[in-house]
Amino acid sequence: MTATSAIRSGAVPLLLPPTGLHASLRRISALVQRYMYLLRSSGVRLIELIYWPFLQMLTWGFLQKYLADTTSPLAMAAGVLIGSVLLWDILFRSKIGFSTTFIEEMWSRNLGNLLTSPLRPFELVAGLSVWSIIRLLVGMVPVTLAAYFIFGFNLLDLGLPLAAFFGVLVLTSWALGLIAAGVILRYGLGAEELAWSLAFLLLPLCCVYYPVSVLPDWLQPVALALPPTHVFEGMRSILLHNTFDVTQLWWALGLNAIYLIVGYMTFSRFLASAKVNGTLLRLGE
Amino acid sequence: MDKSIGNLADRAGFGGSGLPVVVRDLTKRYGAVTAVDGISFALHPATTVALLGGNGAGKTTTIAMLLGLVMPTSGEVRVFGADMSTNRGAVAHRMNFQSPYVDLPMRLTVKENLTVYAGLYGVANVAERVAYIANDLQIESLLDRPTGKLSAGQKTRVGLAKALLNAPELLLLDEPTASLDPDTADWIRGKLKAYAQERGATLLVASHNMTEVERLADRVILLHAGRIIEDDTPARLIETYGRETLEDVFLDVVRGRVKQAVPERKAS
Repeated sequence: MTATSAIRSGAVPLLLPPTGLHASLRRISALVQRYMYLLRSSGVRLIELIYWPFLQMLTWGFLQKYLADTTSPLAMAAGVLIGSVLLWDILFRSKIGFSTTFIEEMWSRNLGNLLTSPLRPFELVAGLSVWSIIRLLVGMVPVTLAAYFIFGFNLLDLGLPLAAFFGVLVLTSWALGLIAAGVILRYGLGAEELAWSLAFLLLPLCCVYYPVSVLPDWLQPVALALPPTHVFEGMRSILLHNTFDVTQLWWALGLNAIYLIVGYMTFSRFLASAKVNGTLLRLGE
Repeated sequence: MDKSIGNLADRAGFGGSGLPVVVRDLTKRYGAVTAVDGISFALHPATTVALLGGNGAGKTTTIAMLLGLVMPTSGEVRVFGADMSTNRGAVAHRMNFQSPYVDLPMRLTVKENLTVYAGLYGVANVAERVAYIANDLQIESLLDRPTGKLSAGQKTRVGLAKALLNAPELLLLDEPTASLDPDTADWIRGKLKAYAQERGATLLVASHNMTEVERLADRVILLHAGRIIEDDTPARLIETYGRETLEDVFLDVVRGRVKQAVPERKAS
């Protein structure tokens, strides 16, 4: 058998260069492919991605309709509540997508295989990030369409800032996901609850359903230090006053850069710590 | 046995990149527990070496440190010249491993799992390689089945298929035939032996299965309480201890009857 025919027959694997951008992208796409296979293998998972955001949107949509039918002048403003729900779900679902996908690797005892393969830790993070966006789109696009057809709320009315809001919320979700993944790596699946609860910690603080001015004075700086707060303030500004303050967006992006760095450092530190403590050998137990 | 670093370095050419594995003064402590206690050894190309020892001897921890999955407390692990604590990425594509302590994702089919791992290991001819490996390990009929629905023996074969996808020059195996029936276990050993010979690969097999060790290994590193007690060929160990089988030697070691105190020891 010649070398070429041996490669063609698969008897000899032709290995691509292991370093460089192409190698990283190839490994990231292999990881995303793994998650795609997983989603494809279960219709229940697919439905679940849409089910909860849809219920959430329905509940708040009908509440909005009820308030609009009464006399509340704020609620009568177009779609503030539904807008809040949809944007909150971008943050929450993206965060959950990142964390649960990571936890899934631990449940399935596959993390040892991944971490001993040529996959680098930053590629694992990149794969989880890409997948969180795909999951998010799979869940949110149908729900956003439903919001339009049921309540006449068009998220695209937010215009170009919507893309920026989306970006800010997704970046925040990755930072939170990285911290949760790091803690779970270090302390095992016992810390799994953190993956679910971390985003909820932000819910009252980042002023999803009310303006920052509602918070006590001492709490307002805390709220303003959270990138999503600027998104929800921006959304209300557009929907209620038809104005958009770009400065808020820059603040949000700047804060996100800090949170992402902190998130990645936390993940890296806990991964190193898990290697020191031997936690990776006991994953899934 | 002379375990001095000077001697080891001479034997192994320590620091040279020609050796697949060089381990020096490797220690791993978990709090007050010392899992691996200052071991040193080198693996030469195209050899099969068994890490033999009872439960808690330090086999799995040693393998995990070789893989970069566990950081040593002190000492050094070099694989193809790369320090595994700091530069694992440089050599990860040249090695692979199989262990009963990790699984492939249960919901994915065998083919999907192999395709994903072929991508991660940088295999260019993925479809051909998966087909070849499936044929070689007789798992073609399993390719479209979810990995979680396979029997233990089938899972082991699929795990081995994943470990061989990139035709690794260094293959680390932790209890490769644990919980398999004798027939399947024998078949797996045959495949491993054939692979090592055909590829010229270096195999490190952690095991407490004597049949496996005698059949596969050119050399045995006997671990007890995290330390290397012996490092020799199976035949010489049997002779040194004056025993009939490697199992007897193993029992002498794990029961604390080190060779100086072994009854009826043959005069050398």
